[in-house]
Amino acid sequence: MNEYLIIALKIVFVLMAVLSLAAILTWLERKQSALMQDRIGANRADIFGLRAIGLFHIIADSLKMFLKEEFVPPGAQRFLHTVAPLMSAFFALSVAACIPFGKLILDGQTIYLQIIDLNAGILYLIAMMSFSIYGVFLAGWASRSKYSLLGALRGASQMLSYEIAMGISLIGIIMIYSTLSLREIVYAQGELLFGFLPAWGVFLQPVGFIIFLTAGMAETKRVPFDLPEGESEIIGYFTEYSSMRFGLFFLTDFIEVALVAMLMSVLFFGGWNIPYLQDTGFVFPWGGSLAMSPLLASLLGILAFGVKVVFFCWLQLTIRWTLPRFRYDQLMKLGWKFMLPLAMANVVATGLVLVLLD
Amino acid sequence: MHKKVTNELNFWHRIYVPEVIRGIWITSVHFFTNLGIHILHVFGMAKKHKGMVTFQYPEDPRPPAIRLRARHRLMKRANGTTRCVACMMCETICPAHCIYIVAEEDPDPRIEKRPKVFDINLGLCVVCGYCVEACPEDAIRMDTYIVETSSYSRDGMIITLEDLMNHDNQDMYPRH
Repeated sequence: MNEYLIIALKIVFVLMAVLSLAAILTWLERKQSALMQDRIGANRADIFGLRAIGLFHIIADSLKMFLKEEFVPPGAQRFLHTVAPLMSAFFALSVAACIPFGKLILDGQTIYLQIIDLNAGILYLIAMMSFSIYGVFLAGWASRSKYSLLGALRGASQMLSYEIAMGISLIGIIMIYSTLSLREIVYAQGELLFGFLPAWGVFLQPVGFIIFLTAGMAETKRVPFDLPEGESEIIGYFTEYSSMRFGLFFLTDFIEVALVAMLMSVLFFGGWNIPYLQDTGFVFPWGGSLAMSPLLASLLGILAFGVKVVFFCWLQLTIRWTLPRFRYDQLMKLGWKFMLPLAMANVVATGLVLVLLD
Repeated sequence: MHKKVTNELNFWHRIYVPEVIRGIWITSVHFFTNLGIHILHVFGMAKKHKGMVTFQYPEDPRPPAIRLRARHRLMKRANGTTRCVACMMCETICPAHCIYIVAEEDPDPRIEKRPKVFDINLGLCVVCGYCVEACPEDAIRMDTYIVETSSYSRDGMIITLEDLMNHDNQDMYPRH
């Protein structure tokens, strides 16, 4: 009974964490882009005159989404048209099931803030991220609109191209830590290299990290890679969507931003690990240590994971508001002619180094 | 010697990554500078720096240019009557035909004429300022700095003689 309760609590925790992070990202995107462009950003929504630096815009936006008319264009596939945004959000959220948020050490008992520790975690997350193509493609196909269909085709080809590079960039990580379980990958990153450098993925796989960052941003379908959507002019697969069905696509984008940030923290930046922090406190390689209770250490780890995730969300938003959109041929060239060979070369180089070190 | 301007990309532009980092550096500097200024504002510091180039319009309107042409007014004589002698110069020169004047006889024989009706349709006015230049009596001016003209109906955009005379006859533009 107790185990089921813990699992239920974990599910609630993970859903709340991911969804509220996505909601806050909608606010953060407006405010951050405003600050980058010397503006002040959305600050008009107020409750009894209280503006709270624009945070109420999240509530205002969602109210607007819920109250608008749900329109299904005549001739559209009503069932698929309804199911597409659900699939899009569902598969994005289900990636979160295998992400280890941290561990909690209570009375010597370790509780992992991870819904399920699959022994094929990386395969699972790649599979779930691939499934998000279905949401995009069904939305375009079921709308019975040329523009939606073209947007969906662009989206599907872009996501397919970058998924391959993304998958291959993770092979290096799998080879080094020789496991597919995300929890064990995080544990392996708690070790030290040469006695002082934390064995984080970014130090062992810098090329893999850059490819994963680029491919991850392409997966979220936002500017440099926003050809499927092109909100400002070319409009994409959700042209025929209104109200909360559109809202789900919108939210899925931000969920994916949060997820890519989490995956980057878990796979390349040590997850909940803080350098030199162990369960009993800090042990520095130059001697000296700082003892603390295991509970405090585990809470610090969860905090560190949160800080890493927020940093990568910030980085993605910064890139989104800095770079212009790629042309379509540039996008394909970057994906197939540059990133894919680079990822493969990275796998070969990693293998060579591993063989030579043995 | 002029530095030769060229659109050709060199090697560092072509591999793109250094340019990406340069761009992110520029936007991040803006982000953190403005963020720091706004945080200091919360503690009542650094009021000299605005941290933005925009204006929060209804509360903090943008200062108008000194010679801004805004809503019209009709200047008054010392006794409070209008300077306008209904000569129709402004109505004639107005390219938008937005001025409508009906003249009547002035009781003062030295003045002869005065406007009975002086309507300006602000919905038609193109704010060119020709009426001000054409006026031989310096009666019509566009120096009120009132730019917030809006109405729920087309008729509401028409201002009459009373609206035009409703001011305290001060010089608005600074004299040089």
